[in-house]
Amino acid sequence: MARSRRDQELPHAPLHVFLGLATLVTVYPVLWVVSIAFSGRQTLAIADVPSDPTFLQRLRAVVPWPQQWSTANFTSVMTDQPFGRWVLNSVVVAIFTTLLGIFLSCTAAYAFSRFKFPGRRAGMMSFLISQMFPGVLTLIPLYIIMVQVLGLGNSRLGMIIVYAATSIPFSVWMLKGYFDTIPKELEEAAIIEGASAGTIFWRIVLPLAKPAVAITALFSFMTSWNEFILAATFMDKEDMYTAPVGLRFFVGGFSQQWGYFAAGSIIVSIPVVVLFLYLQKYLVSGLTAGSVKG
Amino acid sequence: MSGVTIRAVTKRYGDNAPVLTGIDLAIQDREFMVLVGPSGCGKSTLLRMIAGLEEITSGTISIGDRVVNDVPPKDRDIAMVFQSYALYPHMSVRENLEFGMKLRKTPRAEMDRLVAEAARILGIEEYLARRPKELSGGQRQRVALGRAIVRKPAVFLFDEPLSNLDAKLRVQMRAEIKKLQHRLQVTSVYVTHDQVEAMTMGHRIAIMHQGKLQQVGTPLEVYERPSNLFVANFIGTPPMNFVRATVGDGGTSLQARGFVLPAPAACREALAARAGKIVVAGIRPENVVDASRSTRGATAPLELVADLVETLGDEVVVHGRQGEDEIAFKMDPHNPPELGARVPVQLEIDRLHLFDAETEQRIND
Ligand SMILES: Nc1ncnc2c1ncn2[C@@H]1O[C@H](COP(=O)(O)OP(=O)(O)OP(=O)(O)O)[C@@H](O)[C@H]1O
Ligand SMILES: [Mg+2]
Repeated sequence: MARSRRDQELPHAPLHVFLGLATLVTVYPVLWVVSIAFSGRQTLAIADVPSDPTFLQRLRAVVPWPQQWSTANFTSVMTDQPFGRWVLNSVVVAIFTTLLGIFLSCTAAYAFSRFKFPGRRAGMMSFLISQMFPGVLTLIPLYIIMVQVLGLGNSRLGMIIVYAATSIPFSVWMLKGYFDTIPKELEEAAIIEGASAGTIFWRIVLPLAKPAVAITALFSFMTSWNEFILAATFMDKEDMYTAPVGLRFFVGGFSQQWGYFAAGSIIVSIPVVVLFLYLQKYLVSGLTAGSVKG
Repeated sequence: MSGVTIRAVTKRYGDNAPVLTGIDLAIQDREFMVLVGPSGCGKSTLLRMIAGLEEITSGTISIGDRVVNDVPPKDRDIAMVFQSYALYPHMSVRENLEFGMKLRKTPRAEMDRLVAEAARILGIEEYLARRPKELSGGQRQRVALGRAIVRKPAVFLFDEPLSNLDAKLRVQMRAEIKKLQHRLQVTSVYVTHDQVEAMTMGHRIAIMHQGKLQQVGTPLEVYERPSNLFVANFIGTPPMNFVRATVGDGGTSLQARGFVLPAPAACREALAARAGKIVVAGIRPENVVDASRSTRGATAPLELVADLVETLGDEVVVHGRQGEDEIAFKMDPHNPPELGARVPVQLEIDRLHLFDAETEQRIND
């Protein structure tokens, strides 16, 4: 009852206007990029503005709606430009980073959560501390190790190892926190029924930790998908670029191909959006951890 | 064939003081043994050592003729029911029941038969396809029991399986578990902190306190002959009344602070040796009888002031006072005394329990 009375008292229209404006502010940059991508041109501007513009012409220049619609930027970024190859690099790197990172994080987090061993606290602490420094700090040592020592410059494998390693601390913390909420009695019941440690991990703990695994995987995928600095450092051959490095290539020193950049950005964001939508149900339950109850 | 024998078992976590010391307990084949004691007394720890979930610090535990100290839980031929049910939330009831059998590679037909049988016994046939979270507490408990039954173990272990249920359901499940055990004739060890549960369910009960076994016996034995003050106080509701008294007249009288009682004839000899010493005399509320009921054996009259009257329906519990001593007793519910009224009662002297005030051990036999 109290609820509906409040509904009546709160005027809807101004609220909606306010929320609409707030949304507009948030998505405006995105709309701008979309307009450029579909404009079929390479300039940053949405519309041509004469040297002595009228108010309406100025207004037109900031309305994110292309003067004419064209998918030319998308087709040529995928065909004339090696962008497809770069996206493929990114896909391979991100997928394997996620698989490797999640596998190692899950097993490590489970050990941290369930077993007592020397170095357990120190291990968790060092993971935490490693998160306190900006990632660039490790750029030089990583470069020396990966490129100079292991010779894994310009290699997807190298990128996968680097990304997996850098994502593990966060993932382990995340997963350990979730594993801690899974009642120990479930495992004890399974032990009595004759389950081995492996069976318990694969058939009881992991299925129950699905939400946490899902967000951790998403995190892992997104960091490697979006990462620029390390990729730009390790991948200096053009056909080994990842998508973010490739995007930068379009608007680098000599070229100003904003149209390709915009189209590429949109292509790059599609997998992330799809993943988000797909994992949505887990995101909700994963963030309200502790939901595993007999 | 499958009794459980516990010999000189102790348990210690790290360098802490021991949690269990010198536990000796022989549980017979097909017996329903209840381990009961207040929170923290170590009963779960003992059960978990039988299950193999905790290491045994010293001593031995045998199931049947086999010492199982170093046998992994799965090879001990036991099934355990947990307080939190510990059902696998991501599996259906059927999958929960089948989980262990699949691990043991039970043939499909056999598995179906066992599941059907357990489901029928427990009345959970309709829920086989559901997930645990779609069941009520009582239904989950039944599934947990079912998981133990399909195992066909030599020993059932229960760790407070009913304490998450509401009072009414608890009474119902209590009876069901008891019937189930009778029907399956499987040795059972049942942990609870509820003495009513212990009394009603166990063939024998083992009372624990501070990591030590206090007394083992049938419910009637421990009720009628508690071997020390702790057991006397722990078993029975309302609890036994205690009065401190000095042994007088060469063991023939007990001098409490405000009154004198004759000593029970049977233990005058034992008391004679303690003349002048202090003992604790215990008497159960039902052995304090008001004028409306008849008494048995020797009695001693006493006048109590009614301090508090609790109505239970079939009777009232009157908390009476005599000087500084409080004595509770039961009366007919239809004419309870006024608060502050003086109520004459008879104490059934032969039912007195006498304990040494220092050692807290029972004096009379
Ligand atoms: N892993 C452990 N490390 C150290 N001490 C422990 C551990 N587990 C239990 N204890 C201690 O052992 C004692 C007995 O615990 P236990 O769980 O057996 O008690 P309980 O009788 O089952 O009590 P409750 O009725 O509350 O379940 C307690 O004092 C507890 O603090
Ligand atoms: Mg316990």
